[in-house]
Amino acid sequence: MTFYAFFGAVEQGFAYGLMVIGVYLTFRILDFPDLTVDGSLPLGASVSAVAITSGHSPLVSIFMAGGAGFLAGMITGILNTKFKILHLLASILSMIALYSINLRIMGRPNMALLGQETVVDRFREWTGMLPQHSTPLLFAVICFAVVAVLIWFLHTEQGLAFLATGDNMQMITSQGVNTDNVIIFGVGLSNALVAASGALVAQNQGAADVNMGVGTIVAGLASVIIGETVFGDKTVSRALVAALLGSVLYRIAIALALGMKLGSFSITPSDLNLITAVLVVVALVMPRIKRKFLAGRAVQ
Amino acid sequence: MISVTGMIKAFNKGDVNEVTALSGVDLEVADGDFITIIGSNGAGKSTFLNALAGMFPIDAGRVVLDGTDITRWPEYKRAALIGRVFQDPLLGTCAGATIEQNLAMANKRGLKRGLGKGVRTRDREFFREKLAVLGLGLEDRLKTHTGLLSGGQRQALTMLMATLVRPKLLLLDEHTAALDPKTGAMVLDLTDEIVGTEKLTTLMVTHNMKEAIAMGNRLIMFHRGRIVLDIKSEEKKNLRVEDLLQRFADLRGGDGVVSDRMLLG
Ligand SMILES: Nc1ncnc2c1ncn2[C@@H]1O[C@H](COP(=O)(O)OP(=O)(O)OP(=O)(O)O)[C@@H](O)[C@H]1O
Ligand SMILES: [Mg+2]
Repeated sequence: MTFYAFFGAVEQGFAYGLMVIGVYLTFRILDFPDLTVDGSLPLGASVSAVAITSGHSPLVSIFMAGGAGFLAGMITGILNTKFKILHLLASILSMIALYSINLRIMGRPNMALLGQETVVDRFREWTGMLPQHSTPLLFAVICFAVVAVLIWFLHTEQGLAFLATGDNMQMITSQGVNTDNVIIFGVGLSNALVAASGALVAQNQGAADVNMGVGTIVAGLASVIIGETVFGDKTVSRALVAALLGSVLYRIAIALALGMKLGSFSITPSDLNLITAVLVVVALVMPRIKRKFLAGRAVQ
Repeated sequence: MISVTGMIKAFNKGDVNEVTALSGVDLEVADGDFITIIGSNGAGKSTFLNALAGMFPIDAGRVVLDGTDITRWPEYKRAALIGRVFQDPLLGTCAGATIEQNLAMANKRGLKRGLGKGVRTRDREFFREKLAVLGLGLEDRLKTHTGLLSGGQRQALTMLMATLVRPKLLLLDEHTAALDPKTGAMVLDLTDEIVGTEKLTTLMVTHNMKEAIAMGNRLIMFHRGRIVLDIKSEEKKNLRVEDLLQRFADLRGGDGVVSDRMLLG
């Protein structure tokens, strides 16, 4: 891998870092498999693109994207807790609805940011660095700042209730916590991060596209799993950092895979969803196989 | 003071599987009453405790606690007034959280949770003192994840958590049934001690008749969703297991054999 490709992968890893942290919050902490993210990533991109082209500051547009993502996540949470729709189905409904909403927001399937100034440009000018260095640095700073805030939050009184809601709902209800509210807030927070990530990605690649969200959840899961396997998840603080770094490792792995050639066969970007899905399946099945294998050996 | 009147609860209403778990329960509990509850399988004991805790809406009846009608309060809101220990030791504590984090969460039962530190340094000393009473050495393991504790240790911790903020009502549903006899006896001693010293109003379900007679100041028996026996203070002191079985058999009009599980208990 060239140095250039490596920096590109790191940049992608941090651009999608907030998305991966969002997926970690729902999938691992709240135990709420949330497919809304496939819709809220392009939602964030659309909101940011429309906001920038209509004259808002690119930085403000990221917060607007986050707000929109929060609302989308809240709706999934409400469908699940108040209307008793299974979490997976609730999130699929939101995801499908968001496809139409994103088209409405942009008024067309995609929107270019050509000639518009983005946070990426501003940061490069401000630091005076080469773009291949300044962009990953900017995204990394944003991601680590968010991780720091989350680590602080998860150690507050509210944060403990948040952790317990995903771990043992009966216990935390018996301690007087309204878990419906925690879930609605938590899924909202997760999607706010995913949408903010969508805004960063759009500003980085100079365009928003309704289809850019396809496979987000799978990429998010793969990153979370790679992160916890490589860096461990003994404490929430560690697991959060691991998820973020997992995002970077995942993008590096993809860059490596794309560069591979087996004779005349080479992997194309369109194969990535399949590869990622297989990777997630392997990661989910591995612990079980390992346990069986160990149990089998113990008997002998 | 807790007063339950005309409590009715049916599950799977309008379905072929409809069961009336509670068919009109009335109960007045005085402050400081420690009531043991017995009854055969499916008699409605757990349903009664769960209904008091607000886990589901009841079909009819009223629950009044200290003059406040809490019939329509959701479970999390009633938790401010009610402490609980479940039969399943896994239900009472959060496995992924440490002992001190669990206690910190319990220390906020019914109180507003903010963005202050989850576990405060000054709380740790208080937690250590409380844990020392259990005599399990947990006071030196504040940072241990509760998922690593044994069932008995978790149940003792749950008992502590349920009473850390003084509850107006303590609900114990066969909370020693899943433990081995020795650990069960330890948790039961702990129950007696905490309930006794704090003078907590308590309802305890058990299948052990000796336990039901030995503990508390009042004994009630559920049968087919109703309270069929209510034995108080003096009378309860002189009660023997045989008396109880006889009275149960009489109640059923001598039509049936008393269930094995009750006899064995
Ligand atoms: N959630 C539920 N859904 C359907 N039926 C239920 C439910 N909970 C309890 N029941 C039924 O209500 C009746 C009373 O059950 P309950 O659990 O209150 O009995 P119990 O006295 O606690 O018995 P045990 O001694 O076996 O614990 C039983 O017929 C039971 O099958
Ligand atoms: Mg029961």
